[in-house]
Amino acid sequence: MIAEIGQFALLLALMTSLVQATLPLYGAHRQDRGLMALASYAGVTSFILVAISFAALAFSFLNDDFSVRLVATNSQIAKPVIYKLTGVWANHEGSMMLWVLILVIFSALIAIFGRNIPASLKARALAVQGMIASAFLAFVVFTSNPFIRLADAPADGSGMNPLLQDPGLAVHPPCLYMGYVGFSVAFSFAVAALIEGKVDAAWARWVRPWVLLAWCFLTMGITLGSFWAYYILGWGGWWFWDPVENVSFMPWLVGTALLHSALVVERRHALVGWTILLSILTFSLSLIGTFVVRSGVLTSVHSFATDPARGLFILFIIFGATGGALVLYAFRIPQVRKGVPFAVISRESGLLLNNVFLVVAAATVFFGTFWPLYIDLMGRDKISVGVPYYNLTFVPLFIPILVTMVIGPFLKWKRDDFSGMLKQLNIPLVAAVIVLLGALGFTLGKHIFTAAGIGLSAWIIVGSVWVMVKRTKLGKIPLSESFSILYNTPRAYFGLLFGHMGMGFVLLAITVVTTWQQENIISMKMGQQTKIGFYDVKLIGVEDVQGPNYQAERGTFELSQNGNVFRVMTAERRFYPVQQQQTNQTAIRTNLVSNTYIALGDPDNLGGRTVRLYYHPMAPWLWIGGFMMAFGGFVSLSDRRFRVGVAQKQRPTIIGPAATAGAA
Amino acid sequence: MQLRMATVLPLGLFAVLGVVLAMGLRHDPKVLPSMLLDRPLPEFDLASLKIGAPNLKSSELKGKGVTLVNVFGSWCVSCRYEHPLLMRVGKDTRFKLVGIDWKDAPQDANQYLATYGDPYAQIGTDEVGRTAIDLGVSGAPETFVVDAKGRVRLRVPGPLTPEIWDKQIEPLIKESEKAS
Amino acid sequence: MMRKFFIVIFLLFGTGLAHAVLPEEMLKDSGQELRARDISQVLRCLVCQNQSIDDSNAPLAKDLRIIVRERISAGDSNDQVMAYVVNRYGNYVLLKPPFQLDTALLWLLPFILMIVALGAAFLYLRQQPEPEAGDISNEILKEE
Repeated sequence: MIAEIGQFALLLALMTSLVQATLPLYGAHRQDRGLMALASYAGVTSFILVAISFAALAFSFLNDDFSVRLVATNSQIAKPVIYKLTGVWANHEGSMMLWVLILVIFSALIAIFGRNIPASLKARALAVQGMIASAFLAFVVFTSNPFIRLADAPADGSGMNPLLQDPGLAVHPPCLYMGYVGFSVAFSFAVAALIEGKVDAAWARWVRPWVLLAWCFLTMGITLGSFWAYYILGWGGWWFWDPVENVSFMPWLVGTALLHSALVVERRHALVGWTILLSILTFSLSLIGTFVVRSGVLTSVHSFATDPARGLFILFIIFGATGGALVLYAFRIPQVRKGVPFAVISRESGLLLNNVFLVVAAATVFFGTFWPLYIDLMGRDKISVGVPYYNLTFVPLFIPILVTMVIGPFLKWKRDDFSGMLKQLNIPLVAAVIVLLGALGFTLGKHIFTAAGIGLSAWIIVGSVWVMVKRTKLGKIPLSESFSILYNTPRAYFGLLFGHMGMGFVLLAITVVTTWQQENIISMKMGQQTKIGFYDVKLIGVEDVQGPNYQAERGTFELSQNGNVFRVMTAERRFYPVQQQQTNQTAIRTNLVSNTYIALGDPDNLGGRTVRLYYHPMAPWLWIGGFMMAFGGFVSLSDRRFRVGVAQKQRPTIIGPAATAGAA
Repeated sequence: MQLRMATVLPLGLFAVLGVVLAMGLRHDPKVLPSMLLDRPLPEFDLASLKIGAPNLKSSELKGKGVTLVNVFGSWCVSCRYEHPLLMRVGKDTRFKLVGIDWKDAPQDANQYLATYGDPYAQIGTDEVGRTAIDLGVSGAPETFVVDAKGRVRLRVPGPLTPEIWDKQIEPLIKESEKAS
Repeated sequence: MMRKFFIVIFLLFGTGLAHAVLPEEMLKDSGQELRARDISQVLRCLVCQNQSIDDSNAPLAKDLRIIVRERISAGDSNDQVMAYVVNRYGNYVLLKPPFQLDTALLWLLPFILMIVALGAAFLYLRQQPEPEAGDISNEILKEE
């Protein structure tokens, strides 16, 4: 019964979305207020319907309703409740439901919070959202229906991939989807603006918070995914350039570019055409990502379904959405594009440079991901692209942006003088050079790249803080006055501070961990002691443990230093009988500066067990830095200028076909 | 309505990508082509699984008609799917079916064959796995079709199915028959 | 104090990249073992997803690791060792795509693209009309 309600709600949502996709467009064309307003009602209604449907699916999982095929193939009575819930999206059909749910959440948010957007723009944007929603709802209903019933319900389900039975699953996919799917808003508004034939500062002011919101979640999603892989896979890796990781990284890179170019549109009305293109590109990369994971075109640990038929459906959606948007772009953008010029040295050009670097970086990841497919299709050879490729291409090409990201905030809009500006950055430059030399000295000149990486991260971290130092005129005026300026500083500056600083810490962590991580793989008998990092580790014992749906061997270790035992760590290897699969629960001890990591291996023929011990200096800062970036984004979002932004009484700067350049 | 190169370029690039992705759908990325195709069977000399039986030598498999070399293991779950088919075709006199027992303890393999049947004319044991690597094997089961001249003509990764047999292996056997 | 010093020195020189090599596999000659590690890191584990044979725990990875060490001990150069594996498994087993005709573009495109993009951006900047003189705001020091 519940599943049928879910099914019915889904069909109604599809119909509502179709209405949302069509009538408001006509209404905007005819300036019919009623039809335009319909978009908002449809948006909210489709959200309510999909939410009901999703709830029905969740209910089926939580109630062990094995007559629903999806539940039978993906759940078990013995599974802990939390994983029954997160299991809803741990499979293809359920995750598509989550995808669609988030899409319509964003539609509803536009409908509710978009009171100040011009009616026709809002109607058109919601119509585009409706088109995307219709397409994916149709995909779910016709090819990936989660509510299909089984004629004979089994007594118990066949369980779920044990790797997914983890708290990480609760947060990683939802965050990722909020990011991926969140970029649909920018896409919809870009297409709407193209249909309208104009882009003004109000457009950017309206779109930018949504881009920021999506970006924050995507940052968190990727960071969580990296951390999850780190602790669950058992060998201490945190990024593998796996195709599915790459397809989440590309929207992030391009989304970061979009974030910065939208800033230029909003403040200076320049780079308009480019920003529209980026809006289309970012979401298109999300769509391509969805395609890659589900079509079987590329192999990956993450692949859900490998169903070419479903892949074809998604491909058609991509043709329609991206293809349609790009056609519209080609024909309409020449009319829309007139922007305010800026000098070769200016903040606008700095941000343009930022965009160039980010997009080239994204393109590099793109080539690495798809080239093997291309070569294979040409029938020539079967090659593979792994970490070594990206180390030699992505890494060097990413360095310029790490250098220039510090300079951008110090450039003036419209026109600046380079050497004058550079003088402002004297302290960060000096600090970076000192750190670089220090690192070189510390490593006795042996690790040049490491020293460079550490120096670069100092440049970024000090440079980010320097923005605030300069702004508060620290040291030049009384401290209380500096503090007063700080107190009144718009939150966007703090956003910049944490956003950029976070990146600096990520770079630092990557550099330090890659150079100095240690490992010790040995066979240990009971009571044997070994070393890793600064510590001694003794294997106390291995015992059998019974879990709700698994059997495990648990190794207990004592961590000590100078004979002083200060920690007991347990690492498990779990065996799930139903799925015939094994997982590793690694033991990680962190002091927030470094990680000590222990994984239990097989018993060996010498009467002991293989134990893998790792020491990862600075590793926690990889993810702390990632979360710091997201935090910066959220802080920016809370800036009151965003909330009052659109309502601000500003002379509308509408640039249409008859515009002259430079009108502001 | 002007169309500039810069504005049409994204569309053009996308079109190319679309074609690549569409073509990619029809094609299975997991299939690794064998490096042995049209090359002679690599040399090996493996002890027989059966005590007292002669070794399985690659030199003896050349020039004597079609040979099917099937890599299997008692631990391999998918091997059981193809076993009935192997039992059936093992009786076919047009070719010789030999097995290579990969990374397996002899007693486990014997137990497996006793339970499910032994379709092989000869079986060699490759406990260390060196021969399998020379064959470019990455998983079990894998089957190689070797023609009368000792050249590898086909490699089937995964279990044999009647469809694969009819569409891919039968034609090769018939072709070899005509040649001899 | 001395202990910390030695540990620091050890850390400085002890580069390590996580791998699954078991102690009994390692070669006695540390120079050869280092070569083995380097080679293993660019060879793909074929039954895993995106791991090198150096990182993977799979049995096939272990077999290949042992073979790599055998070939090194037998006197093969690095290229010869890799050719040995590629002869059996194809170019797919190389995590670092070879630089050949069909992959040349793969290696060069990122750099070509960077140059082209920078050039295009620069041309775009140049072809703009001169920005008019007037209020030049500096974000850092003033409220907008």
